[in-house]
Amino acid sequence: MKEREPKILAFLCNWCSYAGADLAGVSRIQYPPNVRVIRVPCSSRINPFFIVKALQQGIDGVLVAGCHPGDCHYISGNYVARRKFAIIKSFLEYIGIEKDRVQFAWISAAEGLRFAEVIKEVTEKVRGLGPIRKWGKIRRV
Amino acid sequence: MQDVQRKIREEAKKLLAARSVDLIIGFEEASLPLRASPVFIHNEDDVEALVWNCFCENNLATYLTKVAGRKVAVVAKGCDSRSIVALIVEGQIKREEIIVIGIPCQGMVDRRKIEKEVQGEILEAGEKNDEVSVRGDDFEGVFKKEDYLYPSCRTCEYHSPVISDILIGEKIKENTELDEYAETIEYEKKSINERREYFGREMGKCIRCYACRQACPMCYCEECFVDNSYPKWIEKGLDLSDLAAWHIMRAYHQAGRCVDCGSCERACPMEVNLRFLTRKINKEVKDYFDFETGLDIKAPPPLTTFSPDDRQDFIHSGEESTGESRGD
Ligand code: SF4
Ligand code: SF4
Ligand code: SF4
Ligand code: FES
Repeated sequence: MKEREPKILAFLCNWCSYAGADLAGVSRIQYPPNVRVIRVPCSSRINPFFIVKALQQGIDGVLVAGCHPGDCHYISGNYVARRKFAIIKSFLEYIGIEKDRVQFAWISAAEGLRFAEVIKEVTEKVRGLGPIRKWGKIRRV
Repeated sequence: MQDVQRKIREEAKKLLAARSVDLIIGFEEASLPLRASPVFIHNEDDVEALVWNCFCENNLATYLTKVAGRKVAVVAKGCDSRSIVALIVEGQIKREEIIVIGIPCQGMVDRRKIEKEVQGEILEAGEKNDEVSVRGDDFEGVFKKEDYLYPSCRTCEYHSPVISDILIGEKIKENTELDEYAETIEYEKKSINERREYFGREMGKCIRCYACRQACPMCYCEECFVDNSYPKWIEKGLDLSDLAAWHIMRAYHQAGRCVDCGSCERACPMEVNLRFLTRKINKEVKDYFDFETGLDIKAPPPLTTFSPDDRQDFIHSGEESTGESRGD
């Protein structure tokens, strides 16, 4: 049986990473089609519960991307977000979620090529881990 | 202990008589052995109800957010006092409205551990010096307190209140030599499968009574995410993935706020190992941000602030970025 393709959810900040993804698109740079994008105003919009919820619902890997430090459209959103990400990432690993299932990146609007590379890397790592194992049964919403 | 109890009553009487406070929050004799109950005293004639013993396990800071706006005196152990500081820092209570009756704490006795040592129901219990004695229908037992302290008391660094207006008893030296997170570090070394399994097994016991949340001073939210129905973050049942989500987020919400008092765990009827989660959070907060909750009334909660130099080795930052602020 063919392995199911990994499903990856990417939360991209509107001002940098989403624009980076857009640049990758208009520049016709190829990257794996496994990623579903949710655009958010800023990386600080990410409540860690979004990540937990995605994994609970059967997403195999989550990527959160925002502007580089110093470049946040809201000045310090990504700095505050970085603190939340540090805690949730170590914590999820502690309770048995492989660390590569939850990844973070800074990607600027000019980094279309890098966007594609990060997506490639994340997809490969998540593929290597196989489908996410569920705690008990899950309900589809 | 008798001495401390007498002084608590004296101070309480004085405060109420002078109308310096509207209310005293302390402990009274409970209806069950091996326990003490939180009590709210409004009248100076009632201060004789106040007790102090090794069963005063609740974190009384929990009640402060419920009586905010009134002048209150509260009996506080080391951990309670740290929660008070945390609540002040978060703007939930005002320093000038609280009189802290601080009690250096020798540690509280784990009633369940004692209950498990005897056959049958304990009908009476008492404390004398270093020992706890219990009696049932056809048995008696004496236990050394030191061997039956709560796990949180065994790893407690700050036995003495970090703030107090009235201090009763001798200060106990801080125990900063302690290898506080030894157990957490051991757990981190287990394989990912073992960790996942243990977490699932432990959280699978939860019946979602939310007693842990009610017992915690920092769970003061008017509406907890777990009760939200729009959006409904998690389903209401006992599906393991929902239990996992509840416990992941409850623990995460404690980042930079938990004082490891252990009240959540003691309140849990299913004996879920809750501190194994919050302690990891506390450890990460200490490692990443060099922060311990409730020690400094001026320090902002770590997740409400940042430093441009915060560690970011876990983020793909690209070669061009060194993690330092660029271009400004
Ligand atoms: S678990 Fe979170 S949302 Fe619920 S009461 Fe506690 S801090 Fe508030
Ligand atoms: S989470 Fe538990 S240990 Fe931490 S402060 Fe709340 S009740 Fe105390
Ligand atoms: S007190 Fe125990 S059983 Fe109740 S919600 Fe908390 S962990 Fe679950
Ligand atoms: S706007 Fe991009 S991280 Fe804040």
